[in-house]
Amino acid sequence: MLILTCPCCGVSAEETEFAAGGEAHITRFGPGASDEEFRDYLFARENPKGVHFERWRHAYGCGKWFHAARCTVTLEVFGTYSAQTLEPPLAIRDAIAARRPGWTWGAAE
Amino acid sequence: MSDPISPLSGARFDGIAHIEEAGPAGMITLRGDLASKPVKSIAATVTGAKLPAQGQIVFGKTGAVAWMSPDELMLFCAYEAAPAGVELATASFGAAHGLAVDVSDARAKFRISGPAAREVMGKIFPIDFAPGQFEPGRFRRSRMGQIAAAVWMEADGSFGIICFRSVAEYAFALLNESALPGSAVGIY
Repeated sequence: MLILTCPCCGVSAEETEFAAGGEAHITRFGPGASDEEFRDYLFARENPKGVHFERWRHAYGCGKWFHAARCTVTLEVFGTYSAQTLEPPLAIRDAIAARRPGWTWGAAE
Repeated sequence: MSDPISPLSGARFDGIAHIEEAGPAGMITLRGDLASKPVKSIAATVTGAKLPAQGQIVFGKTGAVAWMSPDELMLFCAYEAAPAGVELATASFGAAHGLAVDVSDARAKFRISGPAAREVMGKIFPIDFAPGQFEPGRFRRSRMGQIAAAVWMEADGSFGIICFRSVAEYAFALLNESALPGSAVGIY
């Protein structure tokens, strides 16, 4: 069971109040993207054992989308942040690096 | 115009708490920039209340204003006052980006009171209703059994719930089940 804090309404709630939206920070290429780029945008996903970034929606609450950084092994949640961003904010990256020494953004990608 | 019919015609149940379908009630969904002037003045005119902080509900002379999301408020007023409230809101927005809709007939409203009200609520919501955690003025959208619902606490310690009208029967049955005599857990 995950407990996530929605950055839009400030509510800390358990998993059933949210809807999972898959991996975050997926780049859509275009216009004029190649078939391979479009295929990767649609289907290629990380499946990490460890730090992972996900999109979540506060479905039974304010209804807004946000991003969450968590560990797929321990279910530890490093933090949640606004979805209006292209990469995790520094505070989130620092929080992860503090718990997982040696981890850097982009290294797993 | 035909008479307003509340979803369950004011159904009641007495168990470890008193449950009451509290319709028909006027409700207006107000969307827009919450920091903008029109939103503040509409909320004040319709309900007589100031804008609530995040996750709060503020009671005024003629209604209440509840914080639904970063760009949405719910105005509570008398059922008869809702259409005029929407008209006023639409006029007040003018060219500004905003939306006001009368949702009085799309929602069901319940009131839960009595000493064991916190227990009845705690059984069906994934929310901590402990005294000190959930106090008068708090407004929270969440899940009630299998349906979406919003819950708040009135100044007298009773709870208000709104949910969609289409699931009013389920909501009432769930509340009754949760308030069956002899079902107190004694946690709060």
